[in-house]
Amino acid sequence: MLNYTIRRLMFAVPTLLVISFIIFAILDLAPSDPTGNLPLTIPADVRERIRESLGLGQPFPIRYMKWLQQFFINEPLNMIEQWWGFTLGDSENRLRVTSWATRSPVVDLIVERMPQTLWVVGMSYVVGILIALPIGVISAYKQYSIFDQIGTFVSMIGFSVPTFFTGIVMIVIFSVQLGWLPSIYDTTLQVNDLSSFWKQVKQMMMPVFVLALYNAAQIARFMRSSMLDNLNQEYVRTARAKGLREKTVILVHVLRNSLIPVITVIALGIPQVFGGAIITEQIFRVNGLGQLLIIGIEGADIPLVQTLTFIFAVLIVLFNLIADILYGVLDPRIRYD
Amino acid sequence: MTDQTIVTGDDPVRAHRSLWSDVWRQFKVHRGGLIGVGVFSFVVIAVVIGPYLHTVDPQFLDFKNKNLGPTWAHPFGTDNLGRDMLAQVLAGGRISLAVGITAMLLSLVLGTFIGIIAGFFKVLDGPLMRLTDLFLALPLLPLLLVIIMLFRDTLRNMFGPETGIFLLIVFIIGITSWMQTARIVRGDVLGLKEREFVLAARSIGTRPRRMITRHIFPNVLSPIMVSATLGVANAIITESALSFLGLGFPSDFPTWGRLLYDGANFLQITPSRVIWPGLAISLTVLSVNYVGDAIRDALDPRIRGR
Repeated sequence: MLNYTIRRLMFAVPTLLVISFIIFAILDLAPSDPTGNLPLTIPADVRERIRESLGLGQPFPIRYMKWLQQFFINEPLNMIEQWWGFTLGDSENRLRVTSWATRSPVVDLIVERMPQTLWVVGMSYVVGILIALPIGVISAYKQYSIFDQIGTFVSMIGFSVPTFFTGIVMIVIFSVQLGWLPSIYDTTLQVNDLSSFWKQVKQMMMPVFVLALYNAAQIARFMRSSMLDNLNQEYVRTARAKGLREKTVILVHVLRNSLIPVITVIALGIPQVFGGAIITEQIFRVNGLGQLLIIGIEGADIPLVQTLTFIFAVLIVLFNLIADILYGVLDPRIRYD
Repeated sequence: MTDQTIVTGDDPVRAHRSLWSDVWRQFKVHRGGLIGVGVFSFVVIAVVIGPYLHTVDPQFLDFKNKNLGPTWAHPFGTDNLGRDMLAQVLAGGRISLAVGITAMLLSLVLGTFIGIIAGFFKVLDGPLMRLTDLFLALPLLPLLLVIIMLFRDTLRNMFGPETGIFLLIVFIIGITSWMQTARIVRGDVLGLKEREFVLAARSIGTRPRRMITRHIFPNVLSPIMVSATLGVANAIITESALSFLGLGFPSDFPTWGRLLYDGANFLQITPSRVIWPGLAISLTVLSVNYVGDAIRDALDPRIRGR
């Protein structure tokens, strides 16, 4: 197992390097000029100096190597310094990945936005899993029953209807018509007593529900088909034949075996949640990572977009690795070595 | 003997049963699939024929009649510039479906090609599958947004505002969604390669090219068909997500996603502006997904035998 993990980690490094190169190259070789939006009255030599101050004076390979150094060496060093409070080398002059629009380090912007995304998106994923697992188990156990029909239909809807439509329908119903829930997420809200806590719950309810429905739909489909695969196995018959109670058979024997592929699906879905949350964050004006990315794209803030996109890529590679390792740990039949 | 079989040919039990008639029989059992085919055909027919029946120009500005609710002249109401919503939804549907189907075809061709080549030629298997893994690790939605943002203006200048954005969106959706098809096809090809008929074909000296077109490709058609339905659904959703974020089609050339995006600012005045295009997207994707489910069941021999 350890051998396999090390081998996968060794492979993850070149993958990430290639991805970082692709992202950097797409953004860099694109035929758009970062000074294109500035007034036309700026003389050509000043324009050239602005370009140089943005770090565009050097050739492409050098800029790429510089960005790699900033992202992989300088930023981690900075984080270590901030966490443990000591200085490593020349930390004053260390170059950081700087946003063009705000002139502040990109990593600081990301750290600012992270809590909102983690709260809303993370909560929705947890809620989605909690809804999906029982629905999947019951609809598989009572296949073709009314519960199963309704459950399958609802998960098909959650799977097919895009989040930007469910989100807007919920705003129309609960904010516009009924006026129960706020349609805009207020980040400045301080939770310090019961009423402000209730406010926080109310403003989180719609985005969490919209994302949870989408996630639950996918996981419930997997749970159901995985349960169905296992219910017809012979060990289930054996378990019943030796007189175990039905509850034990289902919840201990079948459920545990069916959860193995579902857990890997859940792990694989985590980075997609970050990506898919871009739309939900945009609808409910949650100022998280997705919205930061949209702002960066609209303002042609290339360092910000490069770094964020690359972080999403790191998440995907990381959770792919975690899913594979989990699969090997949970299922003793799988031997990677 | 042969005469007798011909005479009893219309007896349903002894009638010739081909693979595809079996598949069709199983498909008909899946009620969701049948309804899905019905709904999807309805959407396609409405979008193709509708503009000839409801002959209002979707871009005609009629400021006197802006923000109307449903009336006889404007069944879906009008928007804030007095444009007819029904005509816009029908016109938008044409583009949305065209994008969905073209992007699906592109990704299907790419995925099938890469899958077959990787499965058939052992030398290419490693590199091509690493390429597939690499594409799967790319954060697609952010990357799509970035590419559109950066290349939109250039393509607009090259091909004109409408064709340019259409080509760009179809192209980027196509080249970022072929990976699943490639993986499934490769797996099937690896299995087929070990079968006797391939050995037989090889022993009579069939060339690789002929082997693929004649023996391998027809046998991987069924997973490709399932991928096709999922691909249409995926492409329509991706296109409308891009348009919804304001980075897809422009307002004067709207798709369902763009109509939704434009309508979202007028939620309190005319909520129907959001409901109709949203409903159109959801119904189309839902029906396509149901058709995909039914095809998968129909092509699965374990289920079909029952």
